[in-house]
Order: sequence, then structure tokens, then C-alpha cells
Amino acid sequence: MTIGRIAPETETPLLEVENLKKHFPIRKGLFSRVVGQVYAVDGISFSVAPNETLGIVGESGCGKSTAGKAILNLIKPTDGEVKLEGKRIDNLSGAKMRSVRKQLQVVFQDPYSSLNPRLRVGEIVGEPILNFDSRNRHAREERVIELLERVGLPADAAKKYPYEFSGGQRQRIGIARALALDPKMIVCDEPVSALDVSVQAQVVNLLMDLQQDLKLSYLFVAHDLAVVEHISHRVAVMYLGKIVELSDKHSLFSDPLHPYTEALLSAVPQPSPRRKPDRIVLKGDVPSPINPPKGCRFHTRCPYAFDRCYVEEPPLREVEPGRQVACHLHDDAEGTKGPSLPS
Amino acid sequence: MVATIESAEEDAVGQQGHDESALLEVEGLSTYFFTRDGVVRAVDDVSFSVAAGETVAVVGESGCGKSVTSLSIMGLLQTPPARIVSGHIKLQGRDLLTLPESEMRKVRGNEISMIFQEPMTSLNPVLTIGRQIGETLVLHEGLSEKEAESRAVELLRLVNIPEAERRVREYPHQLSGGMRQRVMIAMALACQPKLLVADEPTTALDVTIQAQILELMSDLKQKTGSAIIFITHDLGVVAEMAERVVVMYAGKKVEEAPVVDLFERPRHPYTAGLLDSVLKLGSSSGERGKRRLNEIPGTVPSLKDEIVGCPFAPRCSYATDYCRTDAPVLEEKAPEHFAACFHSDQLAEQEN
Amino acid sequence: MAITTLNPPRIAKSRLTGRLVAQIKRHPTVALGSSLLLLMVAMALLAPLLQTHGPQDISPADRLQNPSSEFVFGTDMLGRDLYSRVVHGSKISLLVGVGVAAISISVGLAIGLLTGFLRWFDAIVMRIMDGLMSIPPVLLAIALMALAGASIQNVIMAIAIAEIPRVVRLVRSLVLSLREEPYVEAAVSSGTPLLRILIRHILPNTLAPLLVQGTYIFASAMILEAILSFIGAGTPPEIPSWGNIMAEGRTYFQSAPFIILFPGFFLSLAVLAVNLLGDGLRDALDPRLARRL
Repeated sequence: MTIGRIAPETETPLLEVENLKKHFPIRKGLFSRVVGQVYAVDGISFSVAPNETLGIVGESGCGKSTAGKAILNLIKPTDGEVKLEGKRIDNLSGAKMRSVRKQLQVVFQDPYSSLNPRLRVGEIVGEPILNFDSRNRHAREERVIELLERVGLPADAAKKYPYEFSGGQRQRIGIARALALDPKMIVCDEPVSALDVSVQAQVVNLLMDLQQDLKLSYLFVAHDLAVVEHISHRVAVMYLGKIVELSDKHSLFSDPLHPYTEALLSAVPQPSPRRKPDRIVLKGDVPSPINPPKGCRFHTRCPYAFDRCYVEEPPLREVEPGRQVACHLHDDAEGTKGPSLPS
Repeated sequence: MVATIESAEEDAVGQQGHDESALLEVEGLSTYFFTRDGVVRAVDDVSFSVAAGETVAVVGESGCGKSVTSLSIMGLLQTPPARIVSGHIKLQGRDLLTLPESEMRKVRGNEISMIFQEPMTSLNPVLTIGRQIGETLVLHEGLSEKEAESRAVELLRLVNIPEAERRVREYPHQLSGGMRQRVMIAMALACQPKLLVADEPTTALDVTIQAQILELMSDLKQKTGSAIIFITHDLGVVAEMAERVVVMYAGKKVEEAPVVDLFERPRHPYTAGLLDSVLKLGSSSGERGKRRLNEIPGTVPSLKDEIVGCPFAPRCSYATDYCRTDAPVLEEKAPEHFAACFHSDQLAEQEN
Repeated sequence: MAITTLNPPRIAKSRLTGRLVAQIKRHPTVALGSSLLLLMVAMALLAPLLQTHGPQDISPADRLQNPSSEFVFGTDMLGRDLYSRVVHGSKISLLVGVGVAAISISVGLAIGLLTGFLRWFDAIVMRIMDGLMSIPPVLLAIALMALAGASIQNVIMAIAIAEIPRVVRLVRSLVLSLREEPYVEAAVSSGTPLLRILIRHILPNTLAPLLVQGTYIFASAMILEAILSFIGAGTPPEIPSWGNIMAEGRTYFQSAPFIILFPGFFLSLAVLAVNLLGDGLRDALDPRLARRL
């Protein structure tokens, strides 16, 4: 198996996201007055190179799934730009957006609700093809069978209904549907988190095989750090609508720069009973995205927070080649060095 | 079918006998669901015991019967469709299955209590936290409303809820998921039970919150000395919390061992497969894609059809012809290490 | 890799007819309700054959006769044969029931689908629907009948208008929740045009609850028709309907209670049949109930 690649700086990215924001207004009262905003995604920027996997991790409510949906144009972003192959897609709608969707597909989390229970598997997998070419029925049916076999399902699955399959098999059907239009980019929104461990491995392997054979790019949104580590080339960590750290997988997991990343990594229970956890247990809960804390959003739970963190929001900036972090502990360049991160 | 259950039950009792030190003994428990489409053998002849103060994890994937086992112990099964068709569940020698419901109600919440996966749905949304914790105390310990409330405040402090005096008057929806799970734990501990049954208590929580709850549970166990049955699918949580582990597959117990033995020398191919397929953090931090994940092929068998031979045989790389016709019985393969597999030794050699 | 599907043999005959037969076996209420209803329909269609006298034949000599072999259900104050009138009355009840159900479901479905997808339309239409729903259906129907005049078409229209808001509310809530379903989002993501999303993904999933709602509307329309006719604001008096017959028998209740009892019994039976069918269908078509183990 070939080795994955780290995105070279020189190459044109397939997907570019710039300062993407999605705020949901909170309405109240008789006239639906807007009384506040949920800052679900609050200015995130990243890019994904061809044939690369960018993982986005974070806990529930950090905005990772909303970011995925905004990129897919399933919800309209409040602000910012999404570019696919250099062309803006966030402001498209109707027929123009439909043609972009050939390039940009999605695999959902829940293998049960993401398949229409009233359609046969063949109709589900064939629908994307039908949307762009409704004439050649025979060719479509052949393509469906090819797709099913590609994801490890028998050809006769096309005639069955989704409820006749197990969770893992349903997720394969969802993947076959995403592949139907030969996309370049697939947004995977927690694709394995609803599956059992042994089946998770099957689906992760399938996704990695497909990437290699079909030169796909993935935006892999998940909360399971181990899965993200396994499948990604680069990883972005989100907290309360912001990216707090973005770097290549190897450095992020072996030497996290942001205190949140560090705590997140140490919180994962490891399947080795002899190694008792040396754990940073964060105090308290994630604050509400309706009123995110002033200054650094993580300061309420950060074990290293100092005065500057309470007032000034650290921007995401490159501290080492290919490593971005939003934390005042890495303010070296400015000359106002905070306490260095204890190892 | 009935005959085989009875003989299996006798075997189980004959082999293990009555263990004086055990707090809870589950003997030959079979819980079936009788549905329109047939009988679902959710739990099939499962035996294990829990000593006082011990933490036993029951692991397995969805549909393996681990939750039904816990509900059987608590006497909280919906009957019909479920029915315990055979077996005993003994708490300090007293068979809970023969107790009338009124007696069982005194046992629940008092001697055994339970923590559920979904803290929101297991709390009553229209009662304050204090009332819900206090209810068990009023019921089981005969405290007055006022005493119960002050005990509730103490319990909330015990589970590290800040501003306990204020929180005790709040409603469940005003708390975060992690807080609610703390409240559930406080409720479960209210009457100082001897046994705590925790059914996936951290599955619905984020990792940083899960870390808090696991730490809390370990602390409380030190303080209260309750035994814990920890039902989970997460091997990481098992490694961290359990002293002994019971592995279930397709309604049957396939392996039981002390936690280190189980993780280092699994004697059942299913356990081995599970351990291989689970992703460990930091394990692939070399070059990506070098290691393909080990997967267990195929899917879990349907429990509606009677399983002939070993339930894992269709997915097992060690399976031979007699695995498909004869069901392996649970045997002691190493001291305190039980597995139901004909090829345990072969597996052990390979692992070495 | 071994891929095995769950329970393949049982579902192999997933043809619609095969499933229907199996469903009826599983849901005896559907079978009972629909066979009762079929009997009613047969009675309505075969009324000219089943009648023993002309439903309008006046015979003053035989007025207010008790049930006998000549007049099975007795006669009314004009000496008309009650049995023949009741048999013919079933036509009106069923016609009104079916007509109201069909009109209110189709109009309600169209409005509901649009309100679920068009925000501005939703804002206007739902306020009108709220207004209509705040008036009790009987009063609304009476008022509409007073404006339109007595005829069967007007009865159907009046009751249908009173029922439409309920259908719109149901469809709208279904559409709003279906829109959020991941499979609808998946369809949007794969470039499916709006019309195909509506027809393929939204509409089929609204039909089952609508069918159930339809049976309840059917039942309540029959009752409303009888009420309207009973108070003289419904079916014109020259047409025998169960409501009319009961209205006419009202003053003779002491001496000839059977004039009210027979049509009343048939009305109850018809309503029961339709409701049994509806309850059965609700259980049979609810995927959550059907999938349960």
C-alpha cells in the first residue's frame, strides 16, 4: 500500500475554505425577533489538497458538522468563502450548485436514516446518476452493480431494501452512492461512529482503499481521535466554532501544541490495562456557543491560562512550517512569551 | 431446547458451585424475547459472579446481550416480550428472580442501583434534581423531605457538582450532559448500594467529559466500596476501569478473564479480533496507511435463528468443521481464564 | 468477504401483494374494518336490488308500522319503508365520507407540501389555517351551508373546508421533519432537483400517515353529515340519508324509536368500520412499529 502524502504547499488545493462562518439566529416572541446568535462556526480557514485527507476533530457542539454542511452548501454560510478547484461555490444555488455536486459528495453518520427506507438499494445508489443523465437506464443499472461490488456488496443487493442490511453494510451503500458521480472530494460526517468496532475497521479500510484507487480527497469529520489519526494526513482541532490547532497528523498526535489538543488526546481511554492514564482532566463543561467566552475561548478550562488569555483572542498562526496553532503560549514571535507548555 | 438449557444449567452450577465470597452470582441466565417473528435468544446461558467491591466489565458489540443481562439483574425487563426462561440471579445467596415485585422494589435503588447511558431520558424532566435524589432516600431510608434535601446536597458535592445548594433546586434541562450523568450517579449512590450496574454510562458523553466521569467513578469506588458491573462496548474504558472482564458475543459469554490477561493473552478469537480491530491512539503515527486495520469479516448472526455450533465460527479464521456443528463450552484455559473455543491453544501460540 | 443479509428468506417475496396478505394476517383490525366497510359499499351499490319498496314510496295507510315481515325495519310517519331508506341512505353517507376525505387530503397535501418548502407562503397560509381551526368544524360547516344552500356537493365542500386545516397541519409537520432527514440531505447533496425530492423522498413518506388521517376524516365526515342533516342544514330532505331519516324520526321517538335506532345503528357501524380500518392501518404502516423486532 502506498504511503499517504502531506500536502505540498505549492500544489493548488482542491478545496479552500476561508473565514467560514455560520451563525444561527435565536428568535423569540410574537414577531420572531432575533435575540441572539449561536456562533456554531466562527471563522475557520483551511484547505484540502487533491488525494489528501483532512481530519476535523472536536467534541459535540464545536461546529465540526455544521462546517461540513456549510461546505456542502446544505446550509448557507453566514460569511466566508468556499472554493472548489479555485471557483467559489458558497454563493451558488439551483442548477449551478447541482453541477458542482458532481465533484463534492457526502457520507453521513447514521447508516439508518441516511437511506430512504422506501427505495431499493439500486434506486438509492443510482439516484445521483439519474439526476445528471436520465436516459440510459441500462448503463445506470450496470454502473450501480459496479459500485456495489466496489464497496464489497453483492450485485443482488440492488434489488433489496435498506432494512435488509446491517449497519456496516448500509454504510457501504451510502459510500457507493457518494461514489456514483466520480467525485473528487467526499465530506465524511462521522462515517464510522455509529458502527461497532469490528465493523468500523471494515469501513475505515474501505475508505482508505477507495482513496488510493480513485484519488479521492476526504474531509473527515469525527470525534474519535484514533480513527482520525489513522485515516488523516492533516488534522484540524475545533473548539467552540474555531480551529485551535491545524497540523500534520504526526506532529499533532505526538507533540500537541494547543492545551486543548493535549487534554483531548490524554482523555481518550487506551485499550491497554497496564498503562494507567497520565491524564489531564479538564475542569467544567464546554461553554455555550451562544455566548462564547471573551479572549481565548478555551481559557475557562485551560490549565495554563494567564492574564492575556482572558482579554485577547489568539489568532490561528503558523508557528512551525506546516503547523498552525491559536494559543498565546506560542506567542514567541511577538516577543511576549507566556509560560511554556510543560511537557 | 428446554432439555439442553436445563442440562447446561446443571453443568454451570456443578462446575462453579456456590461461591461464598460472591456478592452477585448470575447462574445460567437465559433471557429470550418472544416476538411475532420468533424467539430472540438475547441472553443464552450466561454465568458470572461479582465479588464485593470488585469491578467487572461486560463487553461486546451491539446486540450481544450485555444490556439485556443488566436489565435482567435489575428486574427491569419489559415482560412481554422478554422473559427469563432459566437461571438464577443471586444477591448474597438470595435469588432475585424468585422475589415478588414488591420485594424487588426494595432491592432496587437500595442494594443494587443502576446508571443508564442516556442521562436526559432517565431523569424526570418535571422534578427538581433534589426531589429526584431525595425520592429514593424518603422511600428506602424513611428520611423526611427536609433531611432528604440536605442529603441530596451532600451527594451532589460528593459527585463534584459545584454550587450544590443552587443545583439541587434546578431541573434536569438546566444541566449539561456531564452534569446530568453526575446527578444520575448521585442518585444511584444515595442509599449506598452494594452493587452499581453502569450500562454504557459514558457512551453519550464527549471524551473530556467521559474522562471526568471515569475519574469520578474510580474515586467514589474507593470511598464507598461498591461493586460495579460496567457494561460497555469501549475497550479503552474496560482497560481503565475493570478488574475482571466478561466478553459476550451473540447472547453467549465467550470469554472471562482478569483484565490484563484478557488484553495480553486473549483466548477467544473474537476477543482477539476485537482487540486487533480497535484503533489505539498513537499507533499509526508513523507513516499513514502502512498498517491496514485488522477487520473481523462478516456480521453478527441473527439471534432469531438457532445457532448451531460456535456462534463466531462463520467469522472466525480458526474455525474448523466441528466448530460449525458443535458448540464449544466454557473451559478454564489458564488460571481464572475461561474461554469457549476449541482452538484457544492454537490462538495462544499464535499470539506469542 | 462474507456478506450475509439479515433474514433473507422471509423477505424474499417482498412483492406488494405478498406483503399485503401478510400484513392483513398480522393486523386483524384492518381485515375486520375493511370487510365491514366493503359490506357497506356493496349495500350502497346494490341498493336498488336490496330494496323491498321504493325509498320514496309514500303509503299513508302504513304509517309508523313496527318492524314486520313486510317492513323489516318498520315504516316512518309517511309510511315509507325504513329498511329501503336506510339501504339507500348508505350511499349518501359513504359518498360524503369518501368525497370529503379525498378533497381535504388532496387539497391539504398540496398546501402542506408548499408550506413546508416556501417560507413566505407558510407564514400567510398557516395564519389562515389557524383562524379556520379556531372555529368548531360543525359551526363552520353550518355557516358554509347557510351561505351555499342545501345540496350534497355543498355538504361535501363545507365539511371538506372544515377538515382541510387539520390535514395541512399534519402534512406541514411531516414535511418539516422529513426535510431534516439525512436521506433528504443526501438527495440534495447528490444534485437531486426539488421536484424529484418532493415526489421520491417526501411524498411517499407522508402517504401512510395521510391514509390513516383520511380514514378518520372519512368517519368524522359521515357523522358531520348526519349532524348537518339532523338539524336540517345538510342533505336536501328529499334524498334519504341517515341523518335525514333520524331527523324525521325525532318527533316520534317515544312511539317509534326504531326510526332513529336503525339508521343510528348503521351510522355507528360504518364509523366503527372506518375507524377500525384507520387504527389497523396506523399500526400496519408505522415503520417504527413494524420494524420492532
